[in-house]
Amino acid sequence: MNTKVTIAGVEFKNPVMTASGTFGSGVEYGEFVDLSRLGAVVTKGVADHPWEGNPVPRVAETASGMLNAIGLQNPGVDVFIERDLAFLEGYDTKVIVNVCGHSEGEYLNVVERLSDDDRVAMMEINVSCPNVKEGGIAFGTRPDALFNITKLLKEHSKKPLIMKLSPNVTDIKEMAKSAEAAGADAISLINTITGMKIDIYKRKFALANKTGGLSGPAIKPVAVRMVYEASHAVNIPVIGMGGIATAEDAIEFIMAGASAVAVGAVNFHNPYATVEVIEGIEKYMRDYNVSDIADIRGIV
Amino acid sequence: MKKKISCRVLSQKMIAKNIYDLKVESELAKDAVPGQFAGIYTGDGSMLLPRPISICGADKEQGILRFVYRIQGKGTAFFSGLKEGDRLDILGPLGNGYPIEEAVGKRAVLIGGGIGVPPLLEMAKRLSELDADKAPSAIDIVMGYRDSETFLSDEFKKYGNLIIATDDGSVGVHGTVTDALKEKAVTDGVIYACGPMPMLRGLASYAGEHEMKAYISLEEHMACGVGACLGCIVKTREVDGHSHVKNARICTDGPVFDAEELDL
Repeated sequence: MNTKVTIAGVEFKNPVMTASGTFGSGVEYGEFVDLSRLGAVVTKGVADHPWEGNPVPRVAETASGMLNAIGLQNPGVDVFIERDLAFLEGYDTKVIVNVCGHSEGEYLNVVERLSDDDRVAMMEINVSCPNVKEGGIAFGTRPDALFNITKLLKEHSKKPLIMKLSPNVTDIKEMAKSAEAAGADAISLINTITGMKIDIYKRKFALANKTGGLSGPAIKPVAVRMVYEASHAVNIPVIGMGGIATAEDAIEFIMAGASAVAVGAVNFHNPYATVEVIEGIEKYMRDYNVSDIADIRGIV
Repeated sequence: MKKKISCRVLSQKMIAKNIYDLKVESELAKDAVPGQFAGIYTGDGSMLLPRPISICGADKEQGILRFVYRIQGKGTAFFSGLKEGDRLDILGPLGNGYPIEEAVGKRAVLIGGGIGVPPLLEMAKRLSELDADKAPSAIDIVMGYRDSETFLSDEFKKYGNLIIATDDGSVGVHGTVTDALKEKAVTDGVIYACGPMPMLRGLASYAGEHEMKAYISLEEHMACGVGACLGCIVKTREVDGHSHVKNARICTDGPVFDAEELDL
């Protein structure tokens, strides 16, 4: 039984990763699961300097999901290298660093800092966070802007790049094609869907940022559809995510065309979810005689 | 060590309007200390997130955790319907807890307001059980309530000098817990507090005026409860150890903070 997948020349022991922003850099969930079981740890977004993020409340629960507007709080790439990469070095898993920025220059600073670090397998470029005012999603909602930032970062990166796409667009296929045309090694989707919640008793927005990103099982059918569309529009690998809570959910994404999947908000519901998804995929493969995970990829 | 485990409900009763007293059998009681909290799940997948509820009692020997909570929304309404024998998933123990050792030889002043009252009960109990060389010189307990429904006050009486303050003046001092501190001239010792933010702000400035240490427990909307999501932060005066931006994580760096370190 082969659960290994290869994306842009990087081999992962299984197709299960963590979704950026839901798993820190692994330290906190290392108390619950063996990080060495994971295909990859995808870190929380890292910028070229510390970001303080948004005011509270930053999170609100919604039906089968949650809204967040953290605003990419992070310690910056220097602390990340010194502390978080050093921590992850102790585990037998691949590290994908999620990179965020307000401008092309800020993205470039992080990409260049990490380009020669052997501990980093790939970088995932966050051009789709709906919760920061400048940068971020501005690069991820127009095909030409996405093309330009992808091309620029590819010219300067020695690591394979994954472009993380926003679902807050009219046609995900166009965005996927732009990333591919500019040289992206892979794409990941979906980031959160912009949403809003109002507390009718306080007559106020539930989040200080007014809007936030919706995640959790509520968004899964949207995500499966977008992964299906994107993976049929491009030839580069697709990493699928959005509401995955179980192995069955993960297999749905793989059958929709994803080479790998990421487990996100469900970590908050079940801190053991990542490893349970891996074990569930292995059981499915045994029960249904799937000898190689690639055999069911895009099968529908 | 933090764990998410299935626990058996031992008992549940309503002890005031919308306030419930829930006891569960749980090995998590062994490691829990006063001031910590737990993430309690509803078992209904449409409610994704655990509810952060403070630990009101942790009986290590018998392995019993006690939560006294207020119905606040759908999740806590679900908890209030639980009966003996039902099961409940609990993630815990979470957070840091009160620094009990800070009160050695000093007056310990325990202050709770509203649904901030419960976590101080286990603190009062443990302070009262300390050996003489580690014990505080006195235990003052100041509890603030809306009205005459002074839940848990009979239990607090066993552990120290209890002062009650009520918003409507029906019991004890008419006013806030800070009014009670002033009226009873409590001006020395170490404050351990939990309650709504306006009360905690008032206490922080009262403690500052009287050069008292104040350890206050905060609440905020949370998602993970374990320090990963950065959903629950409080502004600090100095750069924090995690993100280096003056944002401490309430769930892991707290919920108990030295009031002097916060920018309230």
